[in-house]
Parts: sequence; structure tokens; C-alpha cells
Amino acid sequence: MNHTLVALVEDKPGVLNRVASLFRRRAFNIESLTVGHTDRKGISRMTVVVTSSETDAERVTSHLHKLINVIAVTDLAEAPAVMRDLAMIKVTALPTRRSEIMQLVDVFRARIVDVANDSLIIEITGNEEKIESFVDVLRPFGILEMVRTGIVAMARGSSLIPGSNGNGNGNGNGNGNGGH
Amino acid sequence: MERTGAQIIWECLVHEGVQTVFGYPGGAIMPAYDALLDYPIHHVLVRHEQGAAHMADGYARVSGRVGVAIATSGPGATNLVTGIATAMMDSSPIVCITGQVNSKLIGYDAFQEVDITGITLPITKHNYLVTDVRELTHVLREAFYIARSGRRGPVLVDIAKDVQQALLRDWEYDDRPIQMTGYRPDKSPLTADLQRAAGMIHEAKRPVILAGQGVLLSGAMEELREFAEKTQTPVAMTLLGIGCFPASHPLNLGMMGMHGEAWVNNAIQQSDLLLAMGMRFDDRVTGKLETYATQARKIHFEIDPSEVNKNVRVDSALIGNLRDTLGKLSAHIEACDHADWNDQITDMKGDSAVRDILNLPDNGHLYAAHVLNDLHRHTHGEAVVVSDVGQNQMWAAQYYKHDQPYTYITTGGLGTMGFALPAAIGAKFARPEANVWAIVGDGGFQMTQSELSTAAQEGIKVNIAIINNGYLGMVRQWQEFFFDKRYSATPLRNPDFVKLAEAHSLTGIRVTKRSEVETAVNQAETAEGTVIVEFCVEKEDSVYPMVPNGADLQNMIQRPVRAQEER
Repeated sequence: MNHTLVALVEDKPGVLNRVASLFRRRAFNIESLTVGHTDRKGISRMTVVVTSSETDAERVTSHLHKLINVIAVTDLAEAPAVMRDLAMIKVTALPTRRSEIMQLVDVFRARIVDVANDSLIIEITGNEEKIESFVDVLRPFGILEMVRTGIVAMARGSSLIPGSNGNGNGNGNGNGNGGH
Repeated sequence: MERTGAQIIWECLVHEGVQTVFGYPGGAIMPAYDALLDYPIHHVLVRHEQGAAHMADGYARVSGRVGVAIATSGPGATNLVTGIATAMMDSSPIVCITGQVNSKLIGYDAFQEVDITGITLPITKHNYLVTDVRELTHVLREAFYIARSGRRGPVLVDIAKDVQQALLRDWEYDDRPIQMTGYRPDKSPLTADLQRAAGMIHEAKRPVILAGQGVLLSGAMEELREFAEKTQTPVAMTLLGIGCFPASHPLNLGMMGMHGEAWVNNAIQQSDLLLAMGMRFDDRVTGKLETYATQARKIHFEIDPSEVNKNVRVDSALIGNLRDTLGKLSAHIEACDHADWNDQITDMKGDSAVRDILNLPDNGHLYAAHVLNDLHRHTHGEAVVVSDVGQNQMWAAQYYKHDQPYTYITTGGLGTMGFALPAAIGAKFARPEANVWAIVGDGGFQMTQSELSTAAQEGIKVNIAIINNGYLGMVRQWQEFFFDKRYSATPLRNPDFVKLAEAHSLTGIRVTKRSEVETAVNQAETAEGTVIVEFCVEKEDSVYPMVPNGADLQNMIQRPVRAQEER
């Protein structure tokens, strides 16, 4: 089973290395790992998806807690959460088949972000299944290149990751996430 | 005031109460060594940086204070690695300070550059690379704080040479309380959990306490004794727990695990409640996990949440400092009577005593057990015993009985050969009044014997008992038991250890008969300075009893009656 862990970490050199080193050292398998800034200066947020049993997830969490630069860790399996992955797919698109692809893009609510004579770059955001099924329908056209960010996640409702907000009010507007 | 980075290092150490450091100079740490001359800190010049880390470790283990090791960049830093890993595995609080090449050169493979923070990442509790002198003070303060708080452990601070040389015009020691957002070591169990644990304790018919080094690290000896006496629960100790409960106490069972006595392991296997206090269910303690104490419920008193349910699933976890937890738990505990259970354990001891080599008459052979037993008697059990790894370690654990805490120092987790001599030197600096005995094998001694020069130069007195059987004894024993006696790379051709002592202008004594043991111990203790006593013991003697690696805990290889037949 996959566990999605969210860790708030100090934004210092080597922190990613400490986390990665821990996973290697304890032989935890990482499915995906993403890191980005939060709305608070000096604090980054990591989303780690691990393939593991319940016991292993507990071990990962408690070991992450032990890292001095890790401020808080939450296992999102414990609450409903929104999970998103972003992919950019460069696909062969000769003029004759371009409209066919554009229809699929519409159906999946993806976006075309680059057009060339014989190819397109498509951007799609969604959960893993959605992206995977989109990739499946594009495959016959000829995928040239693909990149995915890995999963980012957030618990639904007003519940907060511990430590993510100093004053306990998480509904501010200062979140600049997602601007394209 | 005006201070260089180099001065700030020592200012901070003085503020931390450091009086002695163990180290070795070199290019990238020279500014710090230059400044050292102006500070009231005694520097012990080791012969190899591994020795410095072990000395800091030994110092920390007998005193509870943070030990400090200093080394230069590159090879100086990498030589510390074994010592740091040793401290990490045994939760020993040390701070290692290493010089690093000039910050502008980091990453360019400069002379004696090594990524020591990268190398020590998995073997330190935390580490730092300092490239800005303004960070130095709080980094050093955090380093000491992290090393000694929570589950203790080693911290390394790597300081670029230009940081040591940099000048701060308006430096002041910052003594505000340390605040670290990601590090909150003070956890304590919920009252509901304490009540639940108390319920399990009251229901138990055959409880056993498994006392580990956490008792010593948290200073919970009194609380443990009160708890054990009130609940009449027998106490088994891990190797590192030795000394946390008096060996002479009627409730003491002794050491558990691979070389624990049979009744200790049998008591654990038959128990219906294990109270694991500051121990981590190491494989040397549990034997095969699937068959380990299957009838017992388990309560884990533990400071580190990542240890809970790691090897053994437990029914209750009380997270926090053991001393505090036992203090809080005592309010919920009623007196118990386990006379039947304790009688049952006494019966289990049965004929084990007559198998004991100590009860045999002197047959002209010198056994390590004799040596340790006679040493124990002669020193009234009051010496600080620092053992190495292997047979000598197990014999020391079995036959030298400790009533006092912090008097048996050994490397349990990493099992580092060569630990004893430098750790004993460190211990002596921490407790100069103590009678310190290093117990080493002929193999392990030679791994760090160069520290004999350190002891000689410092003029300190450490008594070194070399248990010389001409083999890498524990490996030989395994070869005998499990590899058809094929002695691959275990016989040793040793130097003359007495002459080696004499080459250092120290006293060397050789003992070949049991009748000579006491005289030699006496001579060693009265001689000036460090002394080597070489005990030429039975070559192919083994440590008994023994749970073979990965076997069920109750399936022990017992001491053969061979010696009895020789009578």
C-alpha cells in the first residue's frame, strides 16, 4: 500500500540529502518525492510517497521525526486528502492527427503548452490514475518525452499539517502556489 | 569583544564546562590549536584519531558529560569515523570538531578535503558544516545540546579553516535558551498509558524487567530499584545495562541474551510480562524473534519512538525519559508479591552453579574466568572496567560483578575492537580517582595499542589486562562451533607485551598460573603509571553458555563438564 507522508523541513543545505540518506539507510522504497517552498520563509514542504506496510510507514515517520531539520511529519493516509501530480508530455503530432489529440486534451482537461510542426507539449494536472490513463491514450500517437513532478498532497478540510501555520489560522491568502 | 572563530570554539567549550579534549592537530585545524594555548582546557594528544573518538566516548560514559574529540580535515576526520559510529550505536554523547579546508575551496578536491558531513550523516545524531563565523556560536551550542539531550548521541561540527581565522568584532556569548523548531526531545507518556501499563503490571504473574543502558543514561537507578522491590520483579540486564542494578541484589538475574546465563533467558522465555526499560531488543538479546517471549505481554519504556515496535511488537509504549516515566508510574503502582515466580527462577538456576568454572579446583590451567573473578575479588568490585570486544568482553560481563552504575564500559552495538584502551584512558580523565581496568584480548589490544604512548605521555594510570589466548578468540570459538574447527585467519603471533610496556617505560607483568593472578593484580595497582598485565590463558576456551546466532533464546550451548573431568 502507498503511504503519502508530508514533512515540513527547514530550508537548509543538505536537508534533502538527509532525508534521502535516511530512506536509503533504512531501505525504505520511495515511490515519489517532491520538495518546494511553503508560504513561510525558511520552511520547505516535502511530499513523500512510500510503498510500504502500515508498520513500515510508522517506522518512516518516526525516523523522519528524528532528523533535526524535520519540523513535522504527517501520514495523509489517516485523513482524506487531495493529491496532485503534474506531467508534461511531448507527443508526436503530425498536422493530420493534431485535432484528434486536441480532442483528447479537452476530454482530460489538459492543456497544450507548446506547438511545433510535428509535436506538441501537453500539460496535465491530476491524480496519478488520471495521468496514467491520459498517457495510455496518448501512447499510440508516439510519446517522445515525458516528465512528472511527483505527487503533492494536502489534507482536505480545515485540518492542517502540524507546524504549517504559526497562529493556527490556515486560511490566509498568502499562498502563491500554482500560478502558471 | 573581539574574537576569532578559533577563539570562539574554545570560548563555547569553556561555557559548556569542557575541561579535557582528545585530539590530533593538522593543517585545517591549526588556527584552533593555536588559540587552544590561551584557554584552560587540557588537550590529550592521541596517536590516531579513532583513539580520540573512543576516549571522548569513554569519558562520556563514565561521567555523563559530553566528550569532545578534535581532528583535522581529510584523513583526520575519516579516522574518527569508527569512533563516531561506536558512539552512535551506543547512544553516547560526544561532540567531534573537525577542521575543514577553506570554504572557498570546498568542492574542489583541495588537499586533505573530504566531505565528512556527508560521510558521517548516517552515524551521527546530527552534524554541521560551518562556513560562516557568525553561525559558529549557535552551532556549537546546539551541538552540545543535541548530543546530551533526548536519546544521546554523537554530533560532528566541521569548521572551515577561514571560519577559524575570521574575526568577529562584536562577539558575545549567547546564553539564551536554545530553541530548535525541529528538535523537541522532551516527551512524556500520557497518564492513560501509565494507568494501562500499571494494570498490566498488576495482572502479571511472571514479570521480568529488561534493564538497558537507558537506565544509566537517564540516571534511573534508584527509580528502577524502587520499582523492582515494590513489585518484586526480577531484573535482567542487557550488556550495556550492567551496573544499572546491583549485581548483589536478590532480584538481580544477571545478563540476558547470547551469553547470558540460561536461567535469565529461560525466565524471559517463560515470562508473561516483559518490562523493557531503556533497551532496544537487539538481536543479541532476543535470539530468534519468532520464538522470543511468546507468552509475554510487553511494555516498552523508551525515549526514542523509532525503537518502538522495531524488532518486537509491544503492547504498550511509554515514550519519554525513563527516570521521569518511572517517577510518574510509581504513583499508579501497588506492591506485588511474586514469591512463587522468584522461587521458580531460583530452581531454574539449578545445577548451573556447579558447572561454573570458578567452583573448580585449580588444575594448573589459567582460565579467563579465573582472571576476571580474582580481579573482581581483589578490586572489591569497585573498579571501572572497560572491556573490548569478543570473548574478553563476555567474560568480563559474566564474571566481574558490578554493584555501581557507570562502572562497566563496553562497545555493545557496534562491537568495535580496539575500543577498550582508548575508552579506558578517556574514562580515567573523567574519573581520575577511579581504579580503571581495561580488559582486552590480544587481538583487539593491537588495534589501538599505539594509545599506550598517549597514556605514557599523559602519565595517567590505566591498568590493562590482556587476556592472551593467541587467537582472535570469539571468531575462533565460532569456527570451532559452526565451521568444523577450521581456524581461518584467527591464530595470532603476538609481540612480547611485557617488553612492549617496558619500551614505553611502563610496567609489564606476565601471568601464566592462577596462583599468580592476585599478586599480579596487586603489583599492577601499586605500580606507578599505566601497567600491562598479560594473562596467558587457556588457548581454546570458549564463552558459555551461548545462544547460536538466530536460534531460539532457550536453546543454549551449555558449558561442557570437561573441566570437571580434568579434576
